[in-house]
Amino acid sequence: MIKAILIFNNHGKPRLSKFYEHYSEDTEQQIIRETFHLVSKRDENVCNFLEGGMLIGGSDNKLIYRHYATLYFVFCVDSSESELGILDLIQVFVETLDKCFENVCELDLIFHVDKVHNILAEMVMGGMVLETNMNEIITQVDAQNKMEKSEAGIAGAPARAVSAVKNMNLPEIPRNINIGDISIKVPNLPSFK
Amino acid sequence: MPAVSKGDGMRGLAVFISDIRNCKSKEAEIKRINKELANIRSKFKGDKALDGYSKKKYVCKLLFIFLLGHDIDFGHMEAVNLLSSNKYTEKQIGYLFISVLVNSNSELIRLINNAIKNDLASRNPTFMCLALHCIANVGSREMAEAFAGEIPRILVAGDTMDSVKQSAALCLLRLYKTSPDLVVMGEWTSRVVHLLNDQHMGVVTAAISLITCLSQKNPDEFKTCVSLAVSRLSRIVSSASTDLQDYTYYFVPAPWLSCKLLRLLQCYPPPEDGAVKGRLVECLETILNKAQEPPKSKKVQHSNAKNAILFEAISLIIHYDSEPNLLVRACNQLGQFLQHRETNLRYLALESMCTLASSEFSHEAVKTHIETVINALKTERDVSVRQRAADLLYAMCDRSNAKQIVAEMLSYLETADYSIREEMVLKVAILAEKYAVDYSWYVDTILNLIRIAGDYVSEEVWYRVIQIVINRDDVQGYAAKTVFEALQAPACHENMVKVGGYILGEFGNLIAGDPRSSPLVQFNLLHSKFHLCSVPTRALLLSAYIKFINLFPETKPTIQEVLRSDSQIRNSDVELQQRAVEYLKLSSIASTDVLATVLEEMPPFPERESSILAKLKKKKGPGALPVSELEEGKREGGGELNGGADRGNDMSAAASNASTPSPSTDLLGLRSAAAIGSAGPSTGSLLVDVFSEAGPTALSSGVNDEGFLRDLEPPTESSDSLLIEAPGESDSEDSAPPLPESDELLNKFVCKNNGVLFENQLLQIGIKSEYRQNLGRMYLFYGNKTSVQFLNVQTKPVEPLVEGGAQVQQVINIECLTDFSEAPLLNIKFRYGGALQNITLKLPVTINKFFQPTEMASQDFFQRWKQLNLPQQEAQKIFKASHGMDIELLKTKLLGLGCALLENVDPNPENFVCAGVIQTKAQQVGCLLRLEPNAQAQMYRLTLRSSKDTVSKRLCELLAEQF
Repeated sequence: MIKAILIFNNHGKPRLSKFYEHYSEDTEQQIIRETFHLVSKRDENVCNFLEGGMLIGGSDNKLIYRHYATLYFVFCVDSSESELGILDLIQVFVETLDKCFENVCELDLIFHVDKVHNILAEMVMGGMVLETNMNEIITQVDAQNKMEKSEAGIAGAPARAVSAVKNMNLPEIPRNINIGDISIKVPNLPSFK
Repeated sequence: MPAVSKGDGMRGLAVFISDIRNCKSKEAEIKRINKELANIRSKFKGDKALDGYSKKKYVCKLLFIFLLGHDIDFGHMEAVNLLSSNKYTEKQIGYLFISVLVNSNSELIRLINNAIKNDLASRNPTFMCLALHCIANVGSREMAEAFAGEIPRILVAGDTMDSVKQSAALCLLRLYKTSPDLVVMGEWTSRVVHLLNDQHMGVVTAAISLITCLSQKNPDEFKTCVSLAVSRLSRIVSSASTDLQDYTYYFVPAPWLSCKLLRLLQCYPPPEDGAVKGRLVECLETILNKAQEPPKSKKVQHSNAKNAILFEAISLIIHYDSEPNLLVRACNQLGQFLQHRETNLRYLALESMCTLASSEFSHEAVKTHIETVINALKTERDVSVRQRAADLLYAMCDRSNAKQIVAEMLSYLETADYSIREEMVLKVAILAEKYAVDYSWYVDTILNLIRIAGDYVSEEVWYRVIQIVINRDDVQGYAAKTVFEALQAPACHENMVKVGGYILGEFGNLIAGDPRSSPLVQFNLLHSKFHLCSVPTRALLLSAYIKFINLFPETKPTIQEVLRSDSQIRNSDVELQQRAVEYLKLSSIASTDVLATVLEEMPPFPERESSILAKLKKKKGPGALPVSELEEGKREGGGELNGGADRGNDMSAAASNASTPSPSTDLLGLRSAAAIGSAGPSTGSLLVDVFSEAGPTALSSGVNDEGFLRDLEPPTESSDSLLIEAPGESDSEDSAPPLPESDELLNKFVCKNNGVLFENQLLQIGIKSEYRQNLGRMYLFYGNKTSVQFLNVQTKPVEPLVEGGAQVQQVINIECLTDFSEAPLLNIKFRYGGALQNITLKLPVTINKFFQPTEMASQDFFQRWKQLNLPQQEAQKIFKASHGMDIELLKTKLLGLGCALLENVDPNPENFVCAGVIQTKAQQVGCLLRLEPNAQAQMYRLTLRSSKDTVSKRLCELLAEQF
C-alpha cells in the first residue's frame, strides 16, 4: 500500500502532499520535513530507495523517490509494493502531468493544486493503484475538463488568471521538469537523471 | 491539446499565491495568510450567498494554505454544501477539500454520508466515482456502516461502467481494511475473483489489490484465484509487446499488473493442480529468459519495468522454495545484477539474495558471490546499498566462510557510517560466536571489535565474551594474555578495561609466570586506567583487585594501600566506598582459606541463548530477521559447540551451582536485590555485574527436586514455544489425556494469578504465580485432603511421600520463548491406597501473563491502532455477556489481564481500551485492545490488534470467555 505521496522542491517547500493514512496535521508537516531531510542529502546517481523515516513507520516502510529538476516526487510505501513498479508509477504520474499541463513545471503544480490532485486521484485511490494506463487517465481528466468548461460557460466566470501570472515578478524557476524520455517535446534538455 | 489549459485558472487564487510567494519573510507570509483567512471567513459568514465559482476559489485558497502547514479550522461546512451542488466543478472541489482535510472522526461524516448516498444513487458515473473516492479517502467506520453493503453490489453489477468498477473495488478494499467485520462475504465474493478475467485491464488492476487483501485473510475462500491468476499472467507474459496497446509500458506488456499477479500468487503455496503448476513454471521460465534477451529499448524505463516483473518472479520462486532448477537460475540472475551499473538493481539484488540465502537449495549458490558482495560493502557509494550488502554477508555466513566475512566486516567497521555501526557490531559479535572453530579466534575478534568500535559495543557483547571465557577453560590463558596486551595500548576503550579487569581478576594467574606480566605489572596496568573510568567500571576494577589479593598474596600490601586511600575509602559514591571498605576489611581479617573460598574462581555460567541475538532481534523489530532465525534452527540443531555449545551440560552446570554456595540462585527473579548481600561480596558483585542486564533465565534449582511425581510437558504443537524446566523423569507414554474440564479451569486463571486450580476428594492443587517480562514463576501447592499417605510410584531423593493433611510445594520457572496458544500440560500421578491416580491438567499459563502494561495518550493510541491495520493483525469477536456488565468488575478483569487500562482515550466513555506489550524471548509484541459493551443488547464487541496475528487471535479467544 502507498502510505503517502509527497512532492516538494529542492528547498523542501511542499507542492503536493497526499496521505492515505491518517496523521495529525502536525505529524504530516513533520513527515514532510523529515522526508525532505532524508532525501535531499542523497547524491544523484545513488539508488532511489531508502528506509522510511521514524515518523512514517521506520524500516517497515520504504521511500521511493525521483528527482526531476526542481522537484522531488516521493512515494512512501509498505513492503507489499514492488520498488521498481513504484518507480514506473512515478514516471507515469510525471508523464501524465506533463501531457496535461504541456511541459509541466513547478509553477503549474503551485497554481493548479486542485488539478494535480484530480490527476493523482485517477491513478491512486485510498493508497492503491487504480489505473496505470496513461491514455486512460488523460481521457478521464479531459472529460472532467470538458464538463468544467461547459459549466464555466454558464457561470461566465472570469478566467484570465494567466495574464496575472505572467505579469508578476516571480522568483526564477526553471521552466521545465526534465523528463528525458519525452524529450521529443522538450528539446535541448539534459537527459533524465 | 493539453488536458489542462492554463488560461482558465482563478485570478484571485493566482494573485494570492503570488503574494505568498513574494513574501520576503516567514512573518510576512503568516500575516498575508491571516489576512486571507479573515477575508474568507467573512465571505463565508456574510449575508450574500456566494456563487459556486467564489466558493470554489476560496476552498482552493484554503487548500493552498493548508499545504503550507497552517491549520484550517473552518470551511468544512461550505465544502459539505458544495457536495450537494449538481455542478461537477463545485461537487468536485467539495470532495477534494473533504478528502484532504476531513479526518475519519469528524462530526460532519453524517452529512457527508448523505451527499455520498445521493451521488451513488445518481447513476452518473462521474459523480459515483467522486463519491467512491471520498469513501476510500476518509474510510471511517461510520462510512463503512453506511456503504459496506452497497459497494459490493456496485462492484459486481453487470451494468456498472468500468471506471466505476475500478473505484468500487478499491473503495471496498479500504472499507475492508478499516472494518473487516462490516464487509460481509457473500455471493459477490466468487464474482469478485472472476474480475481477474475482466476484459478491461484497469478493472483487473484495481480488482487484484482487493483480491490479494481478501485472500490473505480468507485463503480458502479465495483459492480459486490461483488458477485464474496463473492464466492471466500467462496471457500477459506470452503476449507481444503490441498486443496490450495502452497497457504496454515502454515495450513491456502490463508490468504493474504482472507484478501484482505474482504478488497474489505469493499468498498461496505452489498450485497442486499439475496443469496449473506447469503453466506457471513456464511463465516463470519465460520471465527469466526474457531477462537475457537484448533490451527492446535503451530507456531506463524499459529495463525498470522488465526487472520489476523479474524481481517479483524471483520472490515467488523463493517463496515456493521447491524448484531447485528455478532457484539456481534466480540466483544466477541476481548474481548478474550484483554487478549491474544501475544502483537500484544492485540494491534489489542484494535484498533478494538475502532471502535466497536461507533456502537450502540455493545457500551454496549464494555463497559463490561472496567476493562481489564484499566488494559492494567496500566500494558502494550509497549507504543504503552498503547496508544491504552487510545484511547479505550476515545471511550467507556459515562455518566455511565465517573467518573471511567477519574479517571483512571488522575492517569495514573502521570506516562504516555511524548510522549502521551498532547493528554491524552486533552482527560481528553474533557471527564470531556462532561460527567460532577455535575460541582464541573468537576472543581476538571481540577484542578487535571493542578496539575498533568500542562506543558501539553494547553491554551484551562484552557480557557474552566473559561468559564464554569463563565457561571454556581452554581459552582462558589465551584470553588473559590477549587482554593484557590490548590494555597496553595508550588509549583503550572503557569496555576493554571492563573485559580486561574481569578476565585478569579471574585468570591473571595463568600469565603471571612471565616476568613481563607479573602480578604487580598486571595490577599497575589496570590501575593506570582506573581514573579514566566511570563509576560502574571502577566498581568492577575494585572487585578485580580483591580477586588479585587472593590470586597473588604478594600484591596484598599494594592493593590494601590503594583501597585505604581517601579517594577509595571516602569516595563520594556509595557503591565504591562500600566496596573499598568491605574489601579492605575482608582482606585484612579473613584467613587465606576463607579468602580462597569467598574469592573462588567463577563457576561456569548456565548456558542460555546469546543475549546479543536477542538484542539484535529487538533492534530490528519483530519479524525483521527471518534469515538468522532460520539459520539458528537449522544449524544449532546439529549440536555444534557454538552458542548452544554446552547445552547438554546444562544440568551439570546447574547442579554444580547448587552445590557450591553460588550467588546465581539469588538471581532467580530478583535482579536488583541480588546485587547486595550475596554470600561472598566479591563473587556476588562480580557475577551480578555480568548478569544484571542479561537477566535471569529459567534455572533449575534444588527446590524443584522435592518428591511427588509429576511430569511437565508442553503439548506437542508448542513443544518449543514454552520452556518449562522441571526435573523429574517424564513418563509421557502413560500420562492421561487432559481432563475435559481443564479448559474451563484454565479460563479461570486468565485474569488472575492465584487460586485453586484443581480439587477432587483426594487432592487439591493451589497456584500462586508471578510474572515479570517474559519470565514467570509458579508455585504449585499439592494438598493431600485425605488422612493417609500418597505413595510415590517413583522414588525421589527428597521426600518421596506426602503426609496426610500436608502440603508439598513445587516451584516452576517459566520462560516464554515465543507466543503460543496451547497451555502446557501438567501430569500428576500418585498412589492412593493401591490405585494409581493419574490426572492431567492444563497449567494456567496463557500468553497474556507476559503482558507488560503500556500507558499512552489518546493520540498515540489511535495512531498505533491505525498503524496495525493489516487485516491479519486484527482479531475481533462479538459475543453475549455471560456475566453481569458491571463496570467495576470489567475494570478489575481487564487489569487482571495484565495490560494497562487507558482512561480518557476512547471518545465513547462506555468503551474500554487497553495497551500492553507481550514479552517473549524471541520478540515483543505490542497489543492494543478495545472492548465495546452494549448494555442494551447485553453484548460485547472485542477488538484486538497486535503486531503478530497469532497473538491477536489467541488473546481474542481467551478474553471472549471472560466477560
